Amino acid sequence: MVNTSVTLSGLTLDNPVIPASGTFGYGYEFAEIYDINCLGSFSFKGTTREPRFGNEPPRIAESASGMLNAVGLQNPGIDRVISEELPKLRRVFHKPVVANISGFSIDEYVECCGRIDREEGVGLIEVNISCPNVHNGGMSFGTSPESAAAVTRAVKAVTKKPVYMKLSPNVTDIAAIARACEDAGADGISLINTLMGMRIDLKRRAPVLRNVTGGLSGPAVFPVALRMVWQVYEAVKIPIIGMGGVSGAEDVIEMMLAGATAVEVGAANLVDPLASKKIVEALPAVCERLHMENLKDIIGGAHHG
Amino acid sequence: MNNEIFEIIANRPVAKNTLEMVLSGDTEGIAPGQFVNLKLDGFYLRRPISVCDFGPGRLTLIYKVVGRGTEYMAGLGPGARLDVLTGLGNGYDTAPSGERPLLIGGGAGVPPLYALAKRLLAEGKRPAAILGFNSEDEIFYRDEFSALGVETAVTTADGSYGIRGFVTDAMDRPYTYFYTCGPGPMLRAVYDKSVTSGQFSFEERMGCGFGACMGCTCKTKTGHKRVCKDGPVLTKEEIVW
Ligand SMILES: Cc1cc2nc3c(=O)[nH]c(=O)nc-3n(C[C@H](O)[C@H](O)[C@H](O)COP(=O)(O)OP(=O)(O)OC[C@H]3O[C@@H](n4cnc5c(N)ncnc54)[C@H](O)[C@@H]3O)c2cc1C
Ligand SMILES: Cc1cc2nc3c(=O)[nH]c(=O)nc-3n(C[C@H](O)[C@H](O)[C@H](O)COP(=O)(O)O)c2cc1C
Ligand code: FES
Repeated sequence: MVNTSVTLSGLTLDNPVIPASGTFGYGYEFAEIYDINCLGSFSFKGTTREPRFGNEPPRIAESASGMLNAVGLQNPGIDRVISEELPKLRRVFHKPVVANISGFSIDEYVECCGRIDREEGVGLIEVNISCPNVHNGGMSFGTSPESAAAVTRAVKAVTKKPVYMKLSPNVTDIAAIARACEDAGADGISLINTLMGMRIDLKRRAPVLRNVTGGLSGPAVFPVALRMVWQVYEAVKIPIIGMGGVSGAEDVIEMMLAGATAVEVGAANLVDPLASKKIVEALPAVCERLHMENLKDIIGGAHHG
Repeated sequence: MNNEIFEIIANRPVAKNTLEMVLSGDTEGIAPGQFVNLKLDGFYLRRPISVCDFGPGRLTLIYKVVGRGTEYMAGLGPGARLDVLTGLGNGYDTAPSGERPLLIGGGAGVPPLYALAKRLLAEGKRPAAILGFNSEDEIFYRDEFSALGVETAVTTADGSYGIRGFVTDAMDRPYTYFYTCGPGPMLRAVYDKSVTSGQFSFEERMGCGFGACMGCTCKTKTGHKRVCKDGPVLTKEEIVW
């Protein structure tokens, strides 16, 4: 019997597989086709203080082995997430959920995290300081160690739940940002968010996305994500949730060997709604084949010395 | 939503750059106005295509070759298998149609109206159709609509067949309700010209096609709606242009 359970800051998950924010809604669409309680947890759609429509369409473009999105944090706002979505979500998912929070000012992060702190079903808070789609915020917090630390400190002051800072890959030194978050009191690091990119429509001779740029995700980014998880693991002692291009059980193991304690699955859920379930189901057999009895033991296992 | 494997039975040209693909597989739960989302080898995102016709174990799609994905589809032969998500979108509501609904389709927007015509006929209604194309070589399914007993007018922009002009040039006639699908500017023109209530089928670039990613959201008078899940069919009263 393979033991797939892992622990994130005191929160024990049956397995390390967590659908990523923005690719799993609030779970309902997936609960229609499988029992999502097989998952370790899931991270719900990025939530802001006010309701947001997001960017104008088109918001989606395709690329080789991946996709670009410029959704721009569409969400119903923290009030409705708490009063409507969370109670509905509890009916289909009975484990602690990951609350993904975004903001355009420190005040907004503080208010949202303070409100979510009182929600029983939330196991940990993932603070997105990296969304590349929003012009006046998001990006800037995640691109300097000082502002990343400032958000971390402010949020830590208003919640007892574990706080995982979700980093942007669009930086020159991701390890420095991770270290700043750790020093400011973060309980863990979550990475990577999407890589900024764009596509041009040849017939229209204009960008495909109305927002011009969007975030790249999917298998195309896996090696970049893996490298960043590796670097952050060498830089901090707190646990890491690794993500970026994960599409199979082998990818989960690779991420864990690089240093991730748990792994999020994003775009893969959109092209195959059963992707996360298939990964959970494949994991024990893959571990057995690789002679891994206890998944916990392989975290960071590829770092020697 | 269901995830099914379909097998191609036929894939043949029906007009310039336009093919009809007939598939066999489980069509349980499919309704007129819904779409399917096709996984194609070598392409990351699925391709959404409207349900043109369906019966037990049989599904018909009509698609126009406009890019690499549809070009790849055109190269598939009988026996090829496709991973398909079915039962996507809300579909048409036939309850408000009245006795004499008008179906208005433009180009690649014609296909979903065929399944709708069959449904309306089965309900004892007497639909009429206006099918709009750029030119004669792009026309498809005129005979299929006529064979159902649906009074069918065809317009071509260049006048090479039927009524010269756009679908709106054939709308001066009595009707109790309308259903329309086609390119954006055509939908807008139909909206402006129409004298009754009706339903519009929209397209948007999609990430998932089943409501999870918020990639396809549009603004309506009744709030933000996901074209893939709360649409693709919207009523005239809720549309914001
Ligand atoms: C609900 C719905 C129903 C549709 N029904 C039909 C139909 O019955 N017949 C038909 O011919 N076409 C239909 N379309 C359009 C069809 O999806 C596109 O023509 C097709 O995806 C183009 O793929 P491509 O790889 O050839 O083009 P590319 O331009 O190379 O595609 C690149 C990306 O853009 C997306 N894309 C391109 N054009 C469109 C479009 N118009 N709408 C949505 N996504 C697009 C593709 O899916 C792909 O992700 C429908 C679209 C939607 C949203
Ligand atoms: C459509 C879409 C929407 C996303 N929305 C959010 C979001 O609201 N908050 C967030 O922190 N990350 C968001 N992300 C980023 C993912 O959670 C994840 O970090 C990224 O996609 C990399 O993983 P992947 O390659 O497996 O998709 C989104 C990604 C996609 C594709
Ligand atoms: S395409 Fe994902 S929500 Fe509509």
